[in-house]
Amino acid sequence: MSTKTTAVPSRPTQAPRKRGASPMKRRQNAAAYSMVAPFLVIFVLMLVVPLFYAGYLSLFQDRLVGGVSFVGLENYVRALQDPSFLGGVLRMVKFLLIQVPIMLGLALVFALVLDAGILYAQRFVRLGIFVPYAVPGVVAALMWGYLYGPDFGPAAQIAEKLGLPAPDFLSNEWMLGSIMNVVTWEFVGYNMIILYAALRSIPSELYDAAAVDGAGKVRTAWSIKIPSIRPALILTLIFSVIGTFQLFNEPNLLRSLAPNVIGVDYTPNLYAYNLAFINRDVNYAAAIAFLLGFVIMVVSYVVQLSAQRKERAA
Amino acid sequence: MNAPAQVGTTPDRTDASSAPPRGGAGSQRTPRSRRHSSDKPRRNVLVTVLMLCALAYFLLPLYWVAIASTKSNADLFSTFGLWFADSNSFVENVKAVFTTQDGVFALWMRNSVVYSVVSAVGAALLATAAGYAFAKYRFPGGDALFSVVLGAVMIPMTALAIPTYLLFANANLTNTPWAIILPSLVSPFGVYLMRVYAAGAVDDTLIEAGRVDGAGELRILFQVSARLLVPGLVTVLLFQLVATWNNYFLPLIMLNSPELYPLTVGLAQWQGAAAGGSGSSPLFSSVITGSFISIIPLVVAFLFLQRYWQSGLATGGVKG
Repeated sequence: MSTKTTAVPSRPTQAPRKRGASPMKRRQNAAAYSMVAPFLVIFVLMLVVPLFYAGYLSLFQDRLVGGVSFVGLENYVRALQDPSFLGGVLRMVKFLLIQVPIMLGLALVFALVLDAGILYAQRFVRLGIFVPYAVPGVVAALMWGYLYGPDFGPAAQIAEKLGLPAPDFLSNEWMLGSIMNVVTWEFVGYNMIILYAALRSIPSELYDAAAVDGAGKVRTAWSIKIPSIRPALILTLIFSVIGTFQLFNEPNLLRSLAPNVIGVDYTPNLYAYNLAFINRDVNYAAAIAFLLGFVIMVVSYVVQLSAQRKERAA
Repeated sequence: MNAPAQVGTTPDRTDASSAPPRGGAGSQRTPRSRRHSSDKPRRNVLVTVLMLCALAYFLLPLYWVAIASTKSNADLFSTFGLWFADSNSFVENVKAVFTTQDGVFALWMRNSVVYSVVSAVGAALLATAAGYAFAKYRFPGGDALFSVVLGAVMIPMTALAIPTYLLFANANLTNTPWAIILPSLVSPFGVYLMRVYAAGAVDDTLIEAGRVDGAGELRILFQVSARLLVPGLVTVLLFQLVATWNNYFLPLIMLNSPELYPLTVGLAQWQGAAAGGSGSSPLFSSVITGSFISIIPLVVAFLFLQRYWQSGLATGGVKG
């Protein structure tokens, strides 16, 4: 799908082999294909075929009168004028611009602190922050939903004791922030571990150079550590972009607590799901899903491009 | 969770020169003895306190769910959320979880285990073989295929779930375990990870030596390389295990029968019923205790298999 957009890491050093088909080379090729084949078969069946099928479906419409007919790009035109879809995408853009910097910023600071080795109880802190990643998103949303809730949420209980109005985390104004909090809680640790692992593998020579320059801890972090882990930062950023636009579990769970706040079109994914399985309009749902995939690709591509340009400029 | 006692007394990150290697267990981490005696880090109380405050935030919901799972439904509403009630109802709650609706919760658990273990083992094996081939063989079309696989990381789940559902419906595969397992066997990121891992873990000279001995390529894979690939394989396995265990969207659309649900879909349904408050529906205490039970296996697995996911993430994150 996006073969050109992703940079292929350079192939590890390998002895250049003669081109042309020596019997041995042919045997090796056959072996390589047989190793890749099982994965590729499933890959094609479960990924490539559904993708093309979705593209195909999105070009049709199922009308009450006349049945299924080919409509070209009409579903896409409709989607691009559909306030439900556009509103959902905009909401996700807002989510992306606020939540992702907070999440990755926290993950980076935590990773740097862990890497500096200045903590007591280092291991405990690292594991504790990572643990939420092992909690299913559904259960995370469920727990936070109760914590937010007016019935037996601790925040509401404390407010009541103090005679204050309970903060309504599930209200219209707060909901997006509340969901951001759940997602941040789930994924800071995961991103922190990726960045921490990258920090740990910075070659020591770089530090020696910094030590010679007399750079302090913060200075070292800023001008050596962070630039050195740029690939890992970009990786976490792209995964966050993909995750954000696909947001589904958390809003779908919180919907049962606040059905009037989270509508069927709260996120594009929720909207596509409702179109396909409640409204039974699979053609339009396919177009929405396809467009969403396109948005994700474009944003990921822009992220990568700008990262590369910065690298070149630096 | 069990770490503080031992961590408090033994410095976690002494310089490698003084710490003896902890046997084979630690050998797969990405070790780097880069600390010099001159810059041995000074521990900082203030930063530690700040980090412990942050940690409190990450542990708060888990603490809350552990406390809440000891409360009866009435106590949930009448007592303060962050402390125990006078009576401990944990045992009754667990009993209720496993008996509500004829013990469907145990079925959900079994389903979650089956779906995630089968998917994880399958995905890890497929990804390992493919990643190894991409790393160690230069074959026509190999680079192009790898680029396609890598690009697939960006395809959103939704763009696939709806057409997959329709295709499976045509093949009469919806509402069967296959509807969950088959799509979960594909892990493009796993292939990427294994390619990076195999490139570093398996020395080309080993493969050449095998060839000189007259071994076939597949035999070299199974008898020489496989052993070296195990840590990478376990990492992919672990991540696919989590991904499938935590998956909600796919089973939600694929399955209709409650006895086929995994924990995520089952709990979400209970939660909806409890919030809706109809008479025969499960109570909040069951939902909460069920949630608590459902997160224990993965948390334990992660704590015990630390070295695998850490080395695996190191591989993927560093060279990404």
